[in-house]
Amino acid sequence: MRIALFATCIVDAMYPETAKSTVKILERLGHEVIFPKAQACCGQMHMNSGYMPEALPVVENHINAFDTDDYDVAVAPSGSCVASVKHQHPYLAERLGKPELKERAVAVGKRTYELSQLLVDVLGITDAAKQLGSYFPETITYHPSCHGMRSLQLGDRQLDLLKTVGGITVNELPEADQCCGFGGTFSIKNADVSSAMLEDKVKNICSTGASACSGGDASCLMHIGGGLSRTGAKPKTLHLADILASTMEETVKL
Amino acid sequence: MSAKEEILGRIRSALADAPAAEDIPREYRTSSEMSEEQLIEMLVDRLVDYKAGVDVIDAAQIPALVAAKLGQASSVVYPHGLDTGWLSALPQGIARRIDEPGARLSVAELDETSAVVTSSAVSIAESGTIILDGEPDQGRRAISLVPDHHVCIVPVSTIVQLLPEAMPRLTVTRPLTWISGPSATSDIELERVEGVHGPRVLDVLLVRGL
Amino acid sequence: MPAPGMGNLFEQEPFPQAAHRELGNTQMRKNLRHATHTIRDKRLRVVGELPDWEQLRDAGSAIKNSSMINLEERLLEFEKNFTARGGVVHWARDADEANKIVTDLIKETGSTEVVKVKSMATQEIGLNEHLETQGIEAFETDLAELIVQLGHDKPSHILVPAIHKNRTEVRDIFLKEMPVVDPDLTDEPARLAEAARKHLRKKFLAAKVAISGANFALADTGTLGVVESEGNGRMCLTLPETLITVMGIEKVLPKWEDIEVFMQLLPRSSTGERMNPYTSLWTGVSEDDGPQNVHIVLLDNGRSRVLADKFGRSALNCIRCSACMNVCPVYERTGGHAYGSTYPGPIGAILSPLMTGIEAEDNGSLPYASSLCGACYEACPVKINIPEILVHLRGDDVDANRGKRKIPTQMDLLMKGGSWALGKGKNIGLLEKALPLGRLAAGKSKKIKKLPGIAAGWTQSRDIPAPPNKSFRDWWSDEKESK
Repeated sequence: MRIALFATCIVDAMYPETAKSTVKILERLGHEVIFPKAQACCGQMHMNSGYMPEALPVVENHINAFDTDDYDVAVAPSGSCVASVKHQHPYLAERLGKPELKERAVAVGKRTYELSQLLVDVLGITDAAKQLGSYFPETITYHPSCHGMRSLQLGDRQLDLLKTVGGITVNELPEADQCCGFGGTFSIKNADVSSAMLEDKVKNICSTGASACSGGDASCLMHIGGGLSRTGAKPKTLHLADILASTMEETVKL
Repeated sequence: MSAKEEILGRIRSALADAPAAEDIPREYRTSSEMSEEQLIEMLVDRLVDYKAGVDVIDAAQIPALVAAKLGQASSVVYPHGLDTGWLSALPQGIARRIDEPGARLSVAELDETSAVVTSSAVSIAESGTIILDGEPDQGRRAISLVPDHHVCIVPVSTIVQLLPEAMPRLTVTRPLTWISGPSATSDIELERVEGVHGPRVLDVLLVRGL
Repeated sequence: MPAPGMGNLFEQEPFPQAAHRELGNTQMRKNLRHATHTIRDKRLRVVGELPDWEQLRDAGSAIKNSSMINLEERLLEFEKNFTARGGVVHWARDADEANKIVTDLIKETGSTEVVKVKSMATQEIGLNEHLETQGIEAFETDLAELIVQLGHDKPSHILVPAIHKNRTEVRDIFLKEMPVVDPDLTDEPARLAEAARKHLRKKFLAAKVAISGANFALADTGTLGVVESEGNGRMCLTLPETLITVMGIEKVLPKWEDIEVFMQLLPRSSTGERMNPYTSLWTGVSEDDGPQNVHIVLLDNGRSRVLADKFGRSALNCIRCSACMNVCPVYERTGGHAYGSTYPGPIGAILSPLMTGIEAEDNGSLPYASSLCGACYEACPVKINIPEILVHLRGDDVDANRGKRKIPTQMDLLMKGGSWALGKGKNIGLLEKALPLGRLAAGKSKKIKKLPGIAAGWTQSRDIPAPPNKSFRDWWSDEKESK
């Protein structure tokens, strides 16, 4: 399969290793990965902040970059960016009175998958150790990011993949389904409430005794990691893709 | 312009470009296959959970059970259409008051009455709900409200499993009261406690063969 | 811009400011955490019991949508049937008009006291306060409303208005404010309920006029319904001679059969019970049973404005169950008072600005009071996509402020810059060349701990990791394309 990587802006700029991990996993399975270089961002920050006309060039750019016959499916290591592509792009087009753009947005959305969705639903991965060679000898816990869990209905796909990684121990996160408080510019506009939510998330992560908290969204992990770091807590954050890409030979270090 | 005209005008212009209404999917359960015994078991379970008293009896046992439930009462009110045979075993000391057209009890009189006995129209096992519809054997709404103890007869033939199964058995334009346990509140810390303004004791007699 | 005559639908200060204050109330936060977590577990348990829960949600949502699309027809049908059974229908454009109608009706009876069943609509229009100015005393009879009224407090939740108070605080209010009360009253909920029973009993038995809301109106029969727990509703709906119901126009359902859907959705979503203890249905006047002087006030008060917003219209589907606030992480921490309006929590954050217009008072700050986690949408029994409407209203808020400000805000500048930077692959690529500078700024600790301006909100409780030396885009060019 020819798979177009939608790296997402935050992974591209701040967490390039996670995008490389995504490429590694897919290539290990024998697929060809392309990176449409016109891509930039899904525009979710703009839309979630209410800047709709400002979001339009960003959304149009994404649709132009991915509305091609050059690939079979697109994948992003992010639940919220995929949810934005699938749900927010059509909304924006409709709000701004662009029916043709809406149609193209829906078409791109249909071909875009979050990483665990692609691995489980399309590529049939049920055992990461066996099928991907994943190996990560650490105790982790897992935070299911809201957009993946609710907008994309990912269920336990990410968690199940993590549980099948060789050498891993996965400790259950109390109140896992509670939002970490990130919410894009919510963390700035309503910093106090956001911080109060983060405080509880950090406490729950620390209570698991894990050395890392994993998840499928780099932005939430950056938020959680920033809170862990500020409180001097031990656990690190690590994206699902990085753990799946880790092998016996090339084990990712925390 | 009258308020009515203005509001309707606003609604009309608000919906000027609205699409036609979608079809309503009614894929939820509307019929069930439970046996009589299963229905009884389910209804008993729900009512007990609500802290109602429940007995499953035969028709012949009604007078004795009603008398037993009302042992502590000093007076009892009943609607004019109630089978008075059901009250035949009541001890002499308990005053009986009939509520009937043309001779309604006042609110004050009802407040001085310790208990009420009524029948019921239909009951829903899945939610533990008993519906009164104001038929002569159930009476006015006030009589099953003001006295603090309600003894309610539920004929087993009137039990259904699901709410949608109860709907065709009801006449909506009658005043309906749906009762699911004694009065209760969840207003303090969202914990349910029984016993506020409605009857604090609800005794349900599920009667086979009725 | 204040909209006169609309009652209690307004945030009085920007939400972040109100939230900051409420977050400091540790007792309230403890009470709310306890109550919301209790109800979440109960709701999940009873919802899980129904194999057709999703089908019920689908039906509930579609019935409401269809009712809203044909609202004029449904209201006229309801009016015809309610009138035919002896009821009187009144129409009110806004809160002020509704208050006046109700006041006049009460004055006609000669009564100066009324008993009330808990009703969001009368809370919304500020009826009690208005009646007070008219020399009419209104007695709230729902336990939580009574707690709020006796405590000279404001409701903070639509189902359990005193959710922010724990049992000990309730006992203290009763001891202080009830004219006749057992001085040894304990804080056991059952004892507190009993105290409320004694306090209100005489009022119920003597009341000549009652005021209620309605959970639904059935167009095809002219029937009204009230869903309750304590029996205070039955008392008000049954014993007085006059019954005045105030109901939002969106509460009308097409058909009698439709309540088979809503009476499964509502109790399980609101109190987490299989069924609430009491539901009363009445159709106009019932001869020889209950009030013989029966009125309904159909209230617009901004609802037709909501209807006109095609993206926000479905907010009118709300059946006031409160499941959204019970699962909301923001509501759990700030409580309901932070939202200003009668309608707090996620539904309030969309409903209040939709009803009043986004520019009214500080309602423009409400749509931002959410991390968009989506827990509300997941719990909503009629599937209102609250996160999507929140985002939509943020768009309206930004548009409304566009051009009004002489100097753009930092957020305006950030978004404008972001629009350029993220609008083309080569633009973001250009900016990414500066990543090593950020790495330099982070220094040895590889953390950025303090940022200026609006970004200080982030660094108040979080570090930012040092950026990488090279973006993925550049790595791809160097490693993948050059080979």
